[in-house]
Amino acid sequence: MALLEVRGLEVTFPLRGAALTALRGVDFTLDAGERLGIVGESGAGKSMAAFAILNLISEPGRISAGEILFDGRDLARLSDNHMRAIRGNRIAMIFQDPMMTLNPVLTIGTQMVECLKAHQKIGEAEAKRRAIEKLREVAIPSPETRFDSYPHELSGGLRQRVVIAIALLLDPAIIIADEPTTALDVTIQAEIMGLMIALCENHNVGLILITHDIAVVSEITRRLIVMYAGRIVEAGPTAELIAAPRHPYTRGLLKALPQKNRPGGMLHQIPGTMPSLAAIPDGCAFHPRCEHADARCRRSVPALRDVGGRLVSCHHAERIS
Amino acid sequence: MDTLAFLIRRLGQAVVVMLVISVIGFSIQDNLGDPLRELVGQAVSEAERQALRDEMGLNDPFVLRFGRFLAGAVQGDLGTSYFFKRPALEVILDKFPATFELVLAASLIIVLVSVPLGVFCAIRPNGWVTQAIMGFSIVGISIPVFLTAIFLIYIFSIELGWLPSFGRGQTVTLGWWTTGLLTRDGLAHLVLPAIALSSIMLPLFIRLIRGEMMEVLRTEYVRFAWAKGLSSRRVWFVHAFKNTLLPVITVGGVQIGTLIAYTILTETVFQWPGMGFLFLEAVNRVDTPLIIAYIIVVGLIFVVTNTVVDLVYTLVNPMVKITGRAA
Repeated sequence: MALLEVRGLEVTFPLRGAALTALRGVDFTLDAGERLGIVGESGAGKSMAAFAILNLISEPGRISAGEILFDGRDLARLSDNHMRAIRGNRIAMIFQDPMMTLNPVLTIGTQMVECLKAHQKIGEAEAKRRAIEKLREVAIPSPETRFDSYPHELSGGLRQRVVIAIALLLDPAIIIADEPTTALDVTIQAEIMGLMIALCENHNVGLILITHDIAVVSEITRRLIVMYAGRIVEAGPTAELIAAPRHPYTRGLLKALPQKNRPGGMLHQIPGTMPSLAAIPDGCAFHPRCEHADARCRRSVPALRDVGGRLVSCHHAERIS
Repeated sequence: MDTLAFLIRRLGQAVVVMLVISVIGFSIQDNLGDPLRELVGQAVSEAERQALRDEMGLNDPFVLRFGRFLAGAVQGDLGTSYFFKRPALEVILDKFPATFELVLAASLIIVLVSVPLGVFCAIRPNGWVTQAIMGFSIVGISIPVFLTAIFLIYIFSIELGWLPSFGRGQTVTLGWWTTGLLTRDGLAHLVLPAIALSSIMLPLFIRLIRGEMMEVLRTEYVRFAWAKGLSSRRVWFVHAFKNTLLPVITVGGVQIGTLIAYTILTETVFQWPGMGFLFLEAVNRVDTPLIIAYIIVVGLIFVVTNTVVDLVYTLVNPMVKITGRAA
């Protein structure tokens, strides 16, 4: 049985009478120690899916349908107190911008110790010892000194290491990383990503990596989910999806990557932009930007169906390969 | 060490500020009535008046008079009150404890009431209690302080007869300081004026704290704090509130200084024997040395409050380190 199973997840934002649906019918699973990638442009709903798992969607959004099964419980229907016991403890999160993630007026040590104390009965000295141990594990130089530092005294790369150390503090079963390297310098990105992968492997932590960077996902995840306008449009083994995408959107994302063998060439663009939640087109949400779109695409939403060992939601999936 | 350097730099700034205040204050003297009329009445001939003017130095050029004033001022001599016939500074400082205790009590009320209410309104932004508090604060902002004072006196002194409505009541003298805080009667006399004075700032502070706190609650680090599984109490009062304090201290410090300006109205309505009441009397009597002394003492209070606020700010915000160098 999968460690985490998300079924038919739907998130809506009731706004002035109308309800905006941010996520629709999202299904996926994660096994223990597995690495799953979720990609898509901004606004595709990938972060929303991540926050929904921890029940941390910003007001007034809420989970309006579906189940999130973890440890035999449905997180979508858990009480606040039970949910709090899971956050940071069994499922931890790493945010995008380490400059904004740590509280500027509290020391690194305070922000680590409080997390341990929230979930375990633990003395001050013991908590400090464990925090410093984790700081050492994420290769922060002189962790004893850093323990008493404030976030602004650390570089972006070091801060993200601290955030990773906090995420790992209670040996969670799952870490959800929402664009963990996007805000960092390119030279540090690979370093941080490498560190994260190594730690997840050492501790057998399942990783959900949310990113818009298909190149990163292709290197480190086994399975991949592509999202568009709040829906999953393609899902399957990462290598296969990247070698032979079947959904036009996945193809577009891949073609938009700079090609090593064609330096100086024009980059491909997907024409148009992601629709806003308030104006999702009828039929297939991608049809206004799709070169294969026909009358059927404009009329009916394609179901997510199995096409050659992967899930694709496109009427023309068989034709495209 | 850094703190000492900071204080020295602050002292330099204070001197400049005080100099400007004294120029302004002193200039007022030229345009505010004729001290002779208050001093000698109307039965004195014009020639005698001129002689008196010369004797008092009132006919000297502005720069000379100002220089003389400044030389006296640095030695603590701000002139002699025409009415009391005593050094103006001494007259003011006699009244200082009354005003200080009134402002202190009002500030305490403001902090003790606005912090819990502001925080509550921020974490329950849509509840009916919040709506009620916010609605009430709009009304509170729009009612002038003298009207609040009169309402309070009418209800609690006249109708209910619970609290006294004028004066300081029984006071205790500690050295040169007279305090009303040590006797039951003195405290009872303090209640209504302090509430009236705090009422002008209270709604502002509630709205300020609420606004800042709601802003902070939307930040990524608060979201991360939730994601760590911390208790609501910890997220609200440690993560969010500490960051809310920074802008509140900045604005609040200035506003506490402004409270002193409102003491003029409050003290007048409650016949509170403080500096504000004295100032208003001095204006009526065209007692210019006293007016100038008041302006300078209040200016000094502003400078001191702002320095204290800056020091407190650095205690709360680790990103601001006090340095001796000019920023």
